[in-house]
Amino acid sequence: MSHNKRRSFLVASAAGLGTVALGVAVAPGIRLIEVSHANPVRPAGQPASSAVRWGMLVDTTRCATGCDDCVKACAAENGINETVADKRQGAQWIRKIDIKEAKTGRQHSLPMMCQHCANPPCVDVCPTGASMKRADGIVLVDRHVCIGCRYCMMACPYKARSFVHQPLSGQNPEVPRGLGCVESCTLCVHRVDKGQQPACVESCTTAGHNALLFGDLNDPNSEISRRAAAAATSQIRADLKLNTGVRYQGI
Amino acid sequence: MLRTLLHLIAAAALAAASLAAQAGGVPKPVVKIENPGKCIAPADEMRRNHMEMLKHQRDLTLREGVRGAAAGKAASLNGCIECHASKQTGSVTGGKESFCESCHSYAAVKLDCWDCHQPKAGYKATGAKP
Repeated sequence: MSHNKRRSFLVASAAGLGTVALGVAVAPGIRLIEVSHANPVRPAGQPASSAVRWGMLVDTTRCATGCDDCVKACAAENGINETVADKRQGAQWIRKIDIKEAKTGRQHSLPMMCQHCANPPCVDVCPTGASMKRADGIVLVDRHVCIGCRYCMMACPYKARSFVHQPLSGQNPEVPRGLGCVESCTLCVHRVDKGQQPACVESCTTAGHNALLFGDLNDPNSEISRRAAAAATSQIRADLKLNTGVRYQGI
Repeated sequence: MLRTLLHLIAAAALAAASLAAQAGGVPKPVVKIENPGKCIAPADEMRRNHMEMLKHQRDLTLREGVRGAAAGKAASLNGCIECHASKQTGSVTGGKESFCESCHSYAAVKLDCWDCHQPKAGYKATGAKP
């Protein structure tokens, strides 16, 4: 442990002690500390913590066929507004897919995006170190280092990454993106760092569908952990042992 | 004979170069600072080190998730834009007189920040389903 890391650990522990002391009961069974843990705002200058693992739970029983509120919200938030010459080159931050069990005919509709794996294959194959996983489990592309080789697109079992084929303008100042780099869902990292929810989750909740739930998988008291503990949820391609941060319920 | 000729040509080229230098050469960049006195460091330091400051902060922010600085001011690219965008065009780039280009074209240093980053201050992005 370097001097710097030890120092930040001590600072974090001290801060933790402070918040525990402030854990006031706001209602029976709910203390302030638990509410703030739902999505804490990290103080300025503090790095993302590996104590947190951001994840998402998709309840496919509540996800309606033909509804694309999450896809629209994602595009609006992340400034995805370009028209591509070839549809296959379009951005793949989030997309809706419809699946059908061949034997029984049971149908599901669900959003598919970067699954924010704990063991991401895109990071394994990246030759420059551009594809990376943040301490809190969010998988990102460092466009400063990305050379656009698209190896990660080949490695991703979820087809969750796309390549920008044309010069872009009109980006969200908080979401830089441009020609020659691979990109994918960032779990709205710029919003999460401000203590907000990802845009897709917010739009799904606002519209009353409640099919998406965002939270800290490492915190046993978070709603996402409680739901995952209570109901059967699954990872897509669990056989690959990637330990995805996005889990699905009802498939 | 050939060697003498080459020497002559080289001497002529040198003389021409020194004449151009005496005449001023390329005009010096005109840097228009829209909000003077609010920068995170003195102008001399910013001119020499802004690239290092931005590079350091971009790695901290993207790779470690550090937003802002615990003490003092962080070198935020969006912070630069908000302050330095031209009051006419609302942007730090886009023309020879722009805040970034005025120096960068003089020094012949390629700018690729704006391939990905939004150069306009207070910009609200829109989106459509891809």
